[in-house]
Amino acid sequence: VELDPILLSRIQFAFVVSFHAIFPVFTIGLASYIAVLEAIFYRTGDPHWARLSRFWIRIFAVVFGMGVVSGLVMAFQFGTNWSEFSYRTANFMGPVLSYEVVTAFFLEAVFLGVLLFGRDRVAQEVHLISAIMVALGTFISSFWILSANSWMQTPAGFEMRDGIVYVTSWAEAIFNPSFRYRFVHMVLASLLTGGFVVAGISAYYLLRGHAVEASRRALKMTLVMLAVVAPLQLLVGDFHGLDTFEHQPAKVAAMEGAWETQEGAPLLLFAIPSQARETNRLEVGIPGLASLILTHEWEGEVRGLKDWPPEERPPVAIVFFAFRIMVGIGLIMIVVAWWGAWLLLRERLQERERYLRVLTWMIPLPFVAVLAGWFVTEVGRQPYLLYGMMTLREGVTPSLTGGMALFTLIGYIAVYAVVFTAGVYYLTKLVRHGMPLPEEYLEDDTGRAKRPMSAADLPLDASGDLPPN
Amino acid sequence: MYDLTYIWIGIIGFGILMYVLSDGFDLGVGVLFPFARSDEDRDIMMNSVAPVWDGNETWLVLGGAGLLAAFPLVYAVFLPALYIGVFLMLTGLIFRGVAFEFRFKSEPGRRTLWNWAFFGGSLVAAFAQGAVVGTFIQGFETENMRYVGGPLDWLTPFTVMTGLGLVAGYALLGATWLVLKTEGETQRWARTWAYRLLTVVMVFFVIVSIWTPLTDAYVQSRWFAHLTWLWILPLLTIVVAAALWSALGRGREAIPFMATIVLFALFYAGLLFSKWPYVVPPDYTFWDAASAPESQLFLLLGVLFVIPFVLMYTAWTYYVFRGKVRADAGYH
Repeated sequence: VELDPILLSRIQFAFVVSFHAIFPVFTIGLASYIAVLEAIFYRTGDPHWARLSRFWIRIFAVVFGMGVVSGLVMAFQFGTNWSEFSYRTANFMGPVLSYEVVTAFFLEAVFLGVLLFGRDRVAQEVHLISAIMVALGTFISSFWILSANSWMQTPAGFEMRDGIVYVTSWAEAIFNPSFRYRFVHMVLASLLTGGFVVAGISAYYLLRGHAVEASRRALKMTLVMLAVVAPLQLLVGDFHGLDTFEHQPAKVAAMEGAWETQEGAPLLLFAIPSQARETNRLEVGIPGLASLILTHEWEGEVRGLKDWPPEERPPVAIVFFAFRIMVGIGLIMIVVAWWGAWLLLRERLQERERYLRVLTWMIPLPFVAVLAGWFVTEVGRQPYLLYGMMTLREGVTPSLTGGMALFTLIGYIAVYAVVFTAGVYYLTKLVRHGMPLPEEYLEDDTGRAKRPMSAADLPLDASGDLPPN
Repeated sequence: MYDLTYIWIGIIGFGILMYVLSDGFDLGVGVLFPFARSDEDRDIMMNSVAPVWDGNETWLVLGGAGLLAAFPLVYAVFLPALYIGVFLMLTGLIFRGVAFEFRFKSEPGRRTLWNWAFFGGSLVAAFAQGAVVGTFIQGFETENMRYVGGPLDWLTPFTVMTGLGLVAGYALLGATWLVLKTEGETQRWARTWAYRLLTVVMVFFVIVSIWTPLTDAYVQSRWFAHLTWLWILPLLTIVVAAALWSALGRGREAIPFMATIVLFALFYAGLLFSKWPYVVPPDYTFWDAASAPESQLFLLLGVLFVIPFVLMYTAWTYYVFRGKVRADAGYH
């Protein structure tokens, strides 16, 4: 069998980046939640808020640590497998990716330690400011990453000389055409992810009668946020889609499963697209709706994939199904969030065991939606690395062989399996152990700096029985 | 047009040296792990690096991203050429990171697995980094700014030797660090290892110093074409090594670690100046490898702002963590 280094590198990159992405997408949302909890605690002095905040800071520390470990590989992946792309685009990608690293370091150096370990050692204001700065820092980090990614999708602000990118306008390059939609879409996705995890775990504690007062408050505030953000995400996603329709029509054609250019294109609810036969089977659609959404006219024109030669079409089935998974989960989120808001208005939240159970099942869904969304946008821009300008084939490391790529792919899968298993096992322990009261935390009098992960000090074999109250 | 290349050589050079010195001693502690006298000593060893090891590794990420920004050619040639080596280094670092966190959280009786993972990860990462150094000396097969060699060109008798040399060097850093941070029997044990490792490191130093000019005409001409100030470096190396030896004998605690740092800085300078101005030997200089001036400037602003904070934080971490480490000083 001929091993294709390009395909294997793509699988490896998709694997590593997907694996890495689930940690930051959660920590970004969670950091904001912690900042809000700290702010309320600062205003009210009510210990329930401190109890919630301390608990989530421990979870944050572990997830942050896993994000750092899995991100280590990302810093080198561009060079090992995509050296040609890295070399040609380094004048933009280098500084932008470095700014992300620099931001993260600055954050870790100055504020993270205070947030994790400084509660009893610095003034309350300083601790609050650190919480806010950590939350802000996670947004700035994602700002740079999404700028780099958006630039690859909708390149701007540079000129090519001898095949090398030279930046002519930093503003145009950083704030390229798809950046603002992607950034807002991702920020909202992080809030939804953090929100559904907090809601799910609060519901879990309520069902078991643990930390009832704190969990009730956490659930209430989170549901209010979700009831607003979940539908907002649909709206922002729509704007993002319109922007994609303008700049990357082939991606939208794949999302819609549209082969023929047509006016009054239907919105396909289901179909099985076939790349080879250039058609779909088992189509179920709503006539005219795709045109209405994309052009705001029932008879608007939507370009089909046959407008592009076969080698310039993205793999349709992946994009098509990933898009439906993302949107489907998005709709489920809206329903669940509004259901909760309605129960909240009628003040019947706690009695509804069934609803609380549904919330615990929701925990994995936002992660799936985020990954599906990234699959839509990344697979949908194939075969390009730099959209319309540099293909995968032109960007891959010239000396890379299929065997090398396969070796490291298997290796990374093995390593990440260990990291992920250990991390999730420990996180589950932390959750099962419950939310300690503020006075139950070990008094820490060493007065020393520490690693983020050491903020969670629960032993691996700690008991999993939830204490009452 | 302005040229920031010298400034960037300084920044990246400083970052790599910071990485080598700081992650060097905690990798070295990992390499020494199986030779520890007892599990209690292992607790002490781990406690001695616990507060700083992850901060140490941040310099590696900064180095990787900084290279892409400032010297993209280095990034785009080294990483493909060292593809398998980089993979081994990263997996080694990840394994020891995980072992680090979970050893602390496990019961004392269940730590064997994590002990070995910590040792294995440290050993592999240290060896791979040494092989990178060897590959740099050896040079890269390039054509038109691209690496065109094979996947295992980096693995030669010479690079195996530099790999082992760096393992010994890191272990020496680790041993002298432990001399500084421990007391009593543990310190005596660390001192014994420091003697052995210093001997091994100096043997490697002599071998590399003879081997390199014999196989590399450019390095030979740098050193032997005429009498150059470069000869100060090996002379200083010998003086510092002797001072280190005698400081160990006189029971000094801080000087051995300091002297080892100076030894590393001397090796590093020797390496850089032997190849100067080439950064992707044998063909490309720092200036061939540099990114566009506007890109160098754009990132410089952010880096100059942040590095002082990172340095202050680093200094503060080491300051609050000063003094001896004991097994019971709960550090996890």
